[in-house]
Amino acid sequence: MNTDFPERSLSRAPMSGRTLFNTAMTGIAFLCGALALLPLLAVLSYVIIKGFSSLNLSIFTELPPAPLRQGGGFGNAILGTILMVGIGALISIPLGVIAAIYLTEFSSGKISRWIRFATNVLSGVPSIIAGVFAYGVVVLTLVKLNLGSYSALGGGFALAILMLPIIVRTTDEALQLVSQDLRQASVGLGATNFQTVTQVVLPAALPAIVTGSTLSIARAAGETAPLLFTALFSSFWIDWRNPLFQPTASLAVLVYNFAISPFKNWQSLAWAASLILVLMVLITSIIARWATRQKA
Amino acid sequence: MATNSQNLPSAIKSRSEAEKSIDRGFIWLTRIFALAIAGILLWIAVQVTIAAWPAIQQFGAGFLTKRTWNPVNDDYGVLAPVYGTIVSSFIGLLLAVPIGVGTAVLLSEDFLPVKVRTVLVFLVELLAAIPSVVYGVWGIFVLVPILSNLGRWLNSTLGWLPIFSTAPTGPGMLPAGVILAIMTLPIITAISRDALISVPPSLRQASLGLGATRWETIFQVLIPSAFSGIVSAVMLALGRAMGETMAVTMLIGNSNNLSASLLAPANTISSLLANQFSEASGLQVAALMYAALVLFILTLIVNILAELIVIRVKRI
Repeated sequence: MNTDFPERSLSRAPMSGRTLFNTAMTGIAFLCGALALLPLLAVLSYVIIKGFSSLNLSIFTELPPAPLRQGGGFGNAILGTILMVGIGALISIPLGVIAAIYLTEFSSGKISRWIRFATNVLSGVPSIIAGVFAYGVVVLTLVKLNLGSYSALGGGFALAILMLPIIVRTTDEALQLVSQDLRQASVGLGATNFQTVTQVVLPAALPAIVTGSTLSIARAAGETAPLLFTALFSSFWIDWRNPLFQPTASLAVLVYNFAISPFKNWQSLAWAASLILVLMVLITSIIARWATRQKA
Repeated sequence: MATNSQNLPSAIKSRSEAEKSIDRGFIWLTRIFALAIAGILLWIAVQVTIAAWPAIQQFGAGFLTKRTWNPVNDDYGVLAPVYGTIVSSFIGLLLAVPIGVGTAVLLSEDFLPVKVRTVLVFLVELLAAIPSVVYGVWGIFVLVPILSNLGRWLNSTLGWLPIFSTAPTGPGMLPAGVILAIMTLPIITAISRDALISVPPSLRQASLGLGATRWETIFQVLIPSAFSGIVSAVMLALGRAMGETMAVTMLIGNSNNLSASLLAPANTISSLLANQFSEASGLQVAALMYAALVLFILTLIVNILAELIVIRVKRI
């Protein structure tokens, strides 16, 4: 019956067009991977080499030097970054976590779909728009109330807008992973919704929430655009009698201002500050990755 | 709780009023906060529109088609920055999409051992997390010198093409486009990889079982079924590229002259804002707010489209 069945080998001919195409495409895919990694390695190695060579202890304790003057540091910018990211976290973490609780615990499908949609759209809003918004909301209001203008408060508010969607999303995901049995057990023992959420669900999801918040803090510390015209910059230490209502330095704005300056000593400080920002992101990502792997 | 174990039957009390009201209050609190998240989007739109209102009244829709940006005469138009925003994002995507999708394929199929893949995926994620201003610094000191050499060569050999018609001055549209490609690449790779991984393995096995080669499977089965995911990755990257500020501001040259040449300095909406906002006053602030509103609407449209595609993908 099968006399005219073609007798061919089951393995593919090594020189057929299909095989060659397959091999060529594999080569192209590896080339793409190499092209994608090249800039990463270039950026990381440059920042590490240039940054370490201009890193020393006085960087953390001294003020930015005058142009062409050796030495100096950016202690004020480090403090300013901590202050503003702190304000941002203080606003966005409670707001974001409580909003995410509504999404997973209490909402009906339709509303939560809309709010999740809005959160994702909010995370795509350009950071400079957050700055423009904070300028309108905080800076102009402070001018009207005669309390100041460019300030740490405005910078922190802008950062909060950018941190909020990250926190909502990570908390939302973390809460969804908490097993339904835990909630039912808690309700079965007679706990109210409030008790169930605060004493059972939140503690179970806490590690993931902390990880998400830390990642959002690392992101916010590197944000520059929204600080350019909300916190501005300052070459002096923060005045602790009135820390919230004065122009405030930040690492990210320092990198921008000093990198585009023509002065060699400022440029080397910009590299050192870049190194600190990159190390911070690197270390938090590694810790976050390690923490999530521990859990899984 | 452990107080009335003697009179057990009556221990099952209904909740006190205080307990009930705490519970109701808590649910309302979470509801208000959740609605506030959505409200913020609206608040941004309203706030920026109010601040832009004087400029909207003065210039109307002609703002979008006017080339001049002249703070001395208070005469403003955003044609050059809008053109720069679109062209620089386009160059960025033109470079990033093929490389990003190629990398996503490399990292989703079994070309590499799992351990190597995990490390590479982590590195790509890291690339997305590096602050934009750091890319800017690197761009100024490393990328611009390299691209200037390339630009001089392009100008001397292909100068008859309008896009290479000027001698490079250092910063310009090309370096900005390249840095945007580097910055959007991780987004495209990460989301496309997710889309490729979520294609059911049975499809892959069926295709391979019918005798297709690995790449025939990738092109004819995997990429078509992950297509909408890849499109949404590209849209999200486009939104990111249009709003990207610091690296672009440091590399694009910030010139409001409209030039067809990719080697000439240009401007984007976000770099216009970054450069001028802190020193502006009066009508200039309103004009900048108007420009910000244009950028906000552009990125909003792109992001909403991307989200809608993602939602449709999830439903299928």
